[in-house]
Amino acid sequence: MTAGYALELLGITCTFAAPGGGPSYTAVADTTLRVAAGEFVSVVGPTGCGKSTLLNVGAGLLVPSAGEVCVFGEPLRGLNRRAGYMFQTEALLPWRSALDNVMLGLQYRGVPDAQARAQAQDWLARVGLAGFGDRYPHQLSGGMRKRTALAQTLALDPDIILMDEPFSALDIQTRQLMEDEVLELWAAKKKAVLFITHDLDEAIAMSDRVVVLSAGPATRPMGEFSIDLPRPRNVAEVRATPRFIELHTQIWGVLREEVLKGYQQQLKKVA
Amino acid sequence: MTLWQRFKPRTGNLRLWQVGVLLVFLGLWQLASRDVQLAFFLGEPVKVAGRVWSWFLPWAVAPNVLFPDGLSGNADIYRHLGTTLLETFLAFGIGTVLGLACGLWLALSPLASAILDPYIKAANAMPRVILAPIFAMWFGLGIWSKVALAVTLVFFIVFFNVYQGVREVSPVVLSNARMLGANQRQLLRTVYLPSATAWVFSSLHTSVGLAFVGAVVGEYLGSARGVGYLILQAEGTFDVNTVFAGIVVLTAFALLLDGLVGRIERRLMKWQPRQGETEKL
Repeated sequence: MTAGYALELLGITCTFAAPGGGPSYTAVADTTLRVAAGEFVSVVGPTGCGKSTLLNVGAGLLVPSAGEVCVFGEPLRGLNRRAGYMFQTEALLPWRSALDNVMLGLQYRGVPDAQARAQAQDWLARVGLAGFGDRYPHQLSGGMRKRTALAQTLALDPDIILMDEPFSALDIQTRQLMEDEVLELWAAKKKAVLFITHDLDEAIAMSDRVVVLSAGPATRPMGEFSIDLPRPRNVAEVRATPRFIELHTQIWGVLREEVLKGYQQQLKKVA
Repeated sequence: MTLWQRFKPRTGNLRLWQVGVLLVFLGLWQLASRDVQLAFFLGEPVKVAGRVWSWFLPWAVAPNVLFPDGLSGNADIYRHLGTTLLETFLAFGIGTVLGLACGLWLALSPLASAILDPYIKAANAMPRVILAPIFAMWFGLGIWSKVALAVTLVFFIVFFNVYQGVREVSPVVLSNARMLGANQRQLLRTVYLPSATAWVFSSLHTSVGLAFVGAVVGEYLGSARGVGYLILQAEGTFDVNTVFAGIVVLTAFALLLDGLVGRIERRLMKWQPRQGETEKL
């Protein structure tokens, strides 16, 4: 079994009951998404289209209304123990130093403290924060906090990495640095990655495959594009290549309409 | 003009002005107390100071201009002060532990919280000082009736803060910890408890203050020792100077406790951002 899928979302539908008994809201409708082992898949779509919902389903944090999640062929029950999740917003424990935050998952698994500390130190060094282990999150910059979160997620060596717009809050320079770092770490370990973003450039530059979602409600995948750019890639340089521009034009053609649709719907909601 | 410019209030001589305000206040008070009738009600600052001296210091002072009768050096307040402080610390400790336990339990068990909600609101709204006579009946006139009264004051402060602290844990932080593999006990230890303690610390000034108030009020309502007891005794003999001396001592120790709490807070809460904090490299 070489073509095994690390993560399969099969016919997922998520319907949320409205508070106060109003009409329920279907965020995701009948969506099937597969991520092969070692594959880097990005999901792009207009804001508010249910990308995070899909990721939460994959993590086991959210039980879908219909459909099934399979992890390495096994149906998922409860939390996805083989996945690491990097959240969009701050998820570090503010009362723990960077090092203690990275140790957290290892401690939960019962790794002896000395060993966990050594491993965490190692991971901090790998994300370029070797000298910052004793800082508390509020003493780190936004980029450093993201690196800490990355180390925290990767320290457990998960087989599947879920990332929810992890760099959307960063400035463009820090962002490109982080993207390159993630690609380097990914290339070394070849884990399955499901990467959510609203930034098409980021999606193309990093992934093997880009999935475009339609505007919500009842989001479905609209198209799938294989990204055949050679690796290793430098996210800043790859953007200037003709193939990148070609792919970008192609995918944007599909995405554009959905973005406009999503925008119109948001306007309607406000009105 | 130049003299005013030299002594104009500014940040440099702020302390000087603060002391000045105190001296003016004491001077006016002393002046007013030269009237014997007024002095009966207002007391005399010098006599108050003399009372504090006798309470704290073992050295007698011979009769002089300020103290025509001289001062005895009794140094007899420590027994009372010790009792009051012991009650304060016991009440604070017991109240905090109880509040922490109940707060965690109710915050993590929505069903229990929903059932008990009206009773907690009622218990908090009740004027709890009224419980003092009941506690005196239950626990006698020793320290435990005072501790019980102060515990009821401390408990609710801590309880509501812990409850809030657990409820306010960011859902993302919680999901993150769960994705990292935390089981229920580990979540409690690494996420809920630290978050709740942060809220407890933010209310520490209030709760230590209330523990002190509870102890003194308890003593005042019936006891055999403690600073509240001293004040009660002095009131019984219309010794207004001793009452004021008691108030001065209580205020000083309340300030001291507050400062102590501030120190502990700064040490334990160093992970919290403070405004405009920069780090020395």
